Amino acid sequence: MPVSRRGATAVRALALAAMAVELVLAVGAWIYYGRLGAVGAPGAWLVELNWPWIAPLGIRLHLAMDGLSLLMVLLTAFLGLSSVVVSWREITQRVGHFHLHLMLVLAGVVGVFLAVDLFAFYFFWELMLIPMYFLIDLWGHEDRHRAAVKFFLFTQFGGLAMLLGILALYFAHASQTGQYSFDLADLARTNLAPAAAMLMMLGFFLGFAVKLPAFGLHPWLPAAHTQAPTAGSVILAGLLLKTGAYGLLRFAVPLFPEAARQFAPVAMALGVAGILYGAVLAFAQSDLKRLVAYTSISHLGFVLLGVYSFNVLALQGAVMQMLCHGLSTGALFIIAGLLQDRLGTREMGRMGGLWAVAPKMGAAAMVFAMASLGLPGLGNFIGEFLVLLGAFKVNVALTAVATAGLVAATIYSLWLIQRVFFGPSAEPPAMEDLRPHESLVLLAMVAVLLWLGLFPQAVLETSRAAMEYVAGTQVTATAEIPQLSTPGARIKGATPKFMEWTPTLSESTGEILQLRMLGVRIEGATPKFMESIPTKSESTGEILQLGVPRARIEGATPKFMESTPTKSESTEEIPQLSALKAGIEGAPRESRELTPRSEEGSRFRLQLTSGTRLMSFDGCLPVPLSAPWRGRFDHVSRPEFPDVPVARTAGVRPVCGLARPEFPDVPVVCELARPEFPDVMALAVPKGGRR
Amino acid sequence: MTLEQIRALLPLIILVGAAVAIMLGLAVRRNHAFTVAVAVGSLAAAILSLALGPTVATPITPLLRLDGFSVFFSGLILAASLFVAVLSHGYWNRRRTVISEEFYILLLLAAAGSVTLTMAVHFASFFLGLEILSGSLYAMIAYERDRQAAVEAGIKYLVLAGGSSAVLLFGMALVYARTGTLDMAAAAAKLAGALDVLTLAGVAMILVGIGFKLALAPFHLWAADVYEGAPAPTAAYAATVSKGAIFALLVRLAAAMDIQSNPPFQATLAAAAVITMFAGNLLALRQSNLKRLLAYSSIAHMGYLLVAFLAAGTLGRTAVGFYLAAYIITTLGVFAVMIVLSGTERDADRLEDYIGLSRAHPLLAAVFAGMLLSLAGLPLTAGFVGKFYLLAAGVGAHLWVLVAALVISSTISLFYYLRFIAAAYAQPAAPPALPAAVAMPRLARLAIAVLVILLLWLGVYPAAVIRAIQEAVAIGR
Repeated sequence: MPVSRRGATAVRALALAAMAVELVLAVGAWIYYGRLGAVGAPGAWLVELNWPWIAPLGIRLHLAMDGLSLLMVLLTAFLGLSSVVVSWREITQRVGHFHLHLMLVLAGVVGVFLAVDLFAFYFFWELMLIPMYFLIDLWGHEDRHRAAVKFFLFTQFGGLAMLLGILALYFAHASQTGQYSFDLADLARTNLAPAAAMLMMLGFFLGFAVKLPAFGLHPWLPAAHTQAPTAGSVILAGLLLKTGAYGLLRFAVPLFPEAARQFAPVAMALGVAGILYGAVLAFAQSDLKRLVAYTSISHLGFVLLGVYSFNVLALQGAVMQMLCHGLSTGALFIIAGLLQDRLGTREMGRMGGLWAVAPKMGAAAMVFAMASLGLPGLGNFIGEFLVLLGAFKVNVALTAVATAGLVAATIYSLWLIQRVFFGPSAEPPAMEDLRPHESLVLLAMVAVLLWLGLFPQAVLETSRAAMEYVAGTQVTATAEIPQLSTPGARIKGATPKFMEWTPTLSESTGEILQLRMLGVRIEGATPKFMESIPTKSESTGEILQLGVPRARIEGATPKFMESTPTKSESTEEIPQLSALKAGIEGAPRESRELTPRSEEGSRFRLQLTSGTRLMSFDGCLPVPLSAPWRGRFDHVSRPEFPDVPVARTAGVRPVCGLARPEFPDVPVVCELARPEFPDVMALAVPKGGRR
Repeated sequence: MTLEQIRALLPLIILVGAAVAIMLGLAVRRNHAFTVAVAVGSLAAAILSLALGPTVATPITPLLRLDGFSVFFSGLILAASLFVAVLSHGYWNRRRTVISEEFYILLLLAAAGSVTLTMAVHFASFFLGLEILSGSLYAMIAYERDRQAAVEAGIKYLVLAGGSSAVLLFGMALVYARTGTLDMAAAAAKLAGALDVLTLAGVAMILVGIGFKLALAPFHLWAADVYEGAPAPTAAYAATVSKGAIFALLVRLAAAMDIQSNPPFQATLAAAAVITMFAGNLLALRQSNLKRLLAYSSIAHMGYLLVAFLAAGTLGRTAVGFYLAAYIITTLGVFAVMIVLSGTERDADRLEDYIGLSRAHPLLAAVFAGMLLSLAGLPLTAGFVGKFYLLAAGVGAHLWVLVAALVISSTISLFYYLRFIAAAYAQPAAPPALPAAVAMPRLARLAIAVLVILLLWLGVYPAAVIRAIQEAVAIGR
């Protein structure tokens, strides 16, 4: 439908306004939460939204933001705004339609960065594809159809592989707990056999590595980036590639920590291969956009290397690299687009000597080329430096090879500037320099890159907690998970003291309570705390797991804990347990008689799947367990005690509340049991108290 | 027969009554619009009678049974028939060369046959329903009897469907010989335990007969030619109603006889599913005729459905129900676009007809693209949730080979769907092959709008539909 000139301007203005609002909101959120001192990590989100969506399948529209998501949304808003501006003059055909797709793809990207329900994530992930396909296919350059289809087929295949991983995890979790949930926090607690975890991890990795793209899965990228219109290239390079890296950080690594660690050498090698391959091929290109496309493969190789180095330094570097690559490469694509618009070619052989006619553009290109080669003072340097620093601790050889990529980057970047802006001109260049709006966009990008290069602390601070979380899942379970064996220990006072009351080994022959802690927060006390872990042979008694986040320990918990019965009493009267009116099918008779003295008339049904580790619950008090699972536990098995499920919590929410009559404000969560002791449930005290 | 049973039978009574009424009416005076109104009205009344019918499972003679399962699938089939009837109105109006009114009699009878299939719990009613459906379809396919392609397609379908019916009947006879009963549940009870060669052959032949009707590979060869030759509304009908009804029957039969847990059948059906998915998608790759493409893509979709079918259990059956609903909505949508674009001479089934569609009919192009994207299984559309459900069922039952085949073959399918979408949005040098200014009948517009709403509803917020299907297939046991 032909759109009038005025209509086209209105459409552009609307898109511009939308992205401006988005940027203001994102910056506002950053400043607001920064001022509050909130860090934002999985389990302690800055802000979240959790609505039911497709209840029969346990799907929720669960969006949440931590430091990482916040930074990515900021990048999205900034690049989105930039791409609307640079399309202002370039897109003249079907303007409304173009902006529809542009906004749709940005919506998909923001959704990807915020979704923590895996169905919702997959939904947004696929949602990005269609508009991107149209952007390339309808507004791209000469070979656009082939490039668009290639892009679509590759990413769709990767997406489906990831979906299989998601579904396998979903069913593994469901068969263990009887809870059908796609929530990241729930799925992260699934106990998986190493082989199964590895296969699922590979499914996720495939999906993300295609997008990233990792070496070997990249063939779609040069074609798509080269053929897309400028805004399309900016979004592809600046945002879509980042969704792959983000997916690794948010899902592939935290969901399968052991498998990811095992896989790390391969992933790091792929990263290094990408760094070198991209750099070498970039050098061989004569097409300006194609050159920049190959540099993307090289730069994203650093991200892959950083993610799989598993230390905060490298992870922080990866985040920095994601942001800076988005800006610098986006800017180089903008410049390439402007040149093509003015000269009608992307062939560097037909350029040359352009500095004379377009010094502003040349200067801008120079800055971004310097950023790309990793000049100190610009953000990319920080990112690559941190990645290399972190990776060095893990794998010296690979890091050394990766460093060669920096040298290659210097060569291709300088070569690019030399060929395009200096050097002999093949034809007498006659073209317009930057127009005001173009200068504005590029200037803003320069400013941000400089700021990131000189004062990276603000960004690093924002992402730190989230990256510590990612790295933390890699720490061996023993070091991080406090276990406390308390046969009737009387616990008085707050956390440190709590630790001291840990009984010695000899005492812990009876019933053992495992306490779940917010692992990170009690680091100081942990070593001592750990000493008291019983050896396997001794832990023959009934094992109860008790999740106690820190908040409760300081508040109501001491009192709560004091009343823990002594050993002799506890066979029958573990108070938490006795609050259950249990009708346990198939369990030994004793367990069926765990009927509380109070709370008559309340009902609780427990379904046992014998032979399996976990059980499913049909109902609980006072909130029925069929109510959506809202917990946020992370389960990790400890290697020495494969039969003792252990948990690491990152902020706990009630799963199903069960108040003890004496302490009505302390709900208890029944959760886990060991197959040998089917009548014993694990208990957790949620942070929020009464539900 | 009790009053309850008559209430349960009302949908069939209404359909058959309306068919007779139209036939008698035509003897007096021909009026296309009036005939359509009667057909649509009776289909709507039949749907209403289903909704208001008995809420508990009601056996109607030993032959039929109205329960949640048959209510859901009958409703789906009747609604699809209603859409085809509405779309046929404009289509036949443009083809003045053909007398159009009898088409609706056939359509109503085919719908009655399909509804019978969804209610059938007895081999006799199964065969009866199938033959009523097929008999009407022969005539609907060859309805434009002046067109050679249509007649050829009709004869092709007649011969092949006749042959497959014979195989099916022979299979039933073998099962009967072994068990002495034609009641599905009773026969299944007698067959419980080891199957001997005779019954194995019998059940296998029944499955072959069903496979023919569903165009599962290797019995898929007829589909493309028949779709291409048939008028667009008939092709739409054959792709949606006929397949839906037979699949519903297959699910019920399998639930009664527990086919999925029988290793030889499981292996054979799994192999058939893999071959069907790949055959359908690979053969569709090079088609530039939309009807042939849809024929092959519908073969592939039946293959996808087999994955969920083999997963069995409530999850598998719910997935089948949901996917069939999504598939029917989507396929009807594509055919609806084709039908409104079809001119007086021929159907708009060539790739050229769609080049530049977005110029001439931007909204229609968007609908067309949306429907194809749904067939490809992309988000915001019913097909996305449907494919997700199929994969979930497959993964839940650990059918890894089938799931892998589904993933790979559906990635292949993107290629040909994208080709038509790209064509619709291409900017042609030459004007489109069909006249741009096709006047769209208001009714067809409404039908398309409803289909789009359904497509988005199932794609974005399907919770209520899923819950309804879960209940329906749970009662189906």
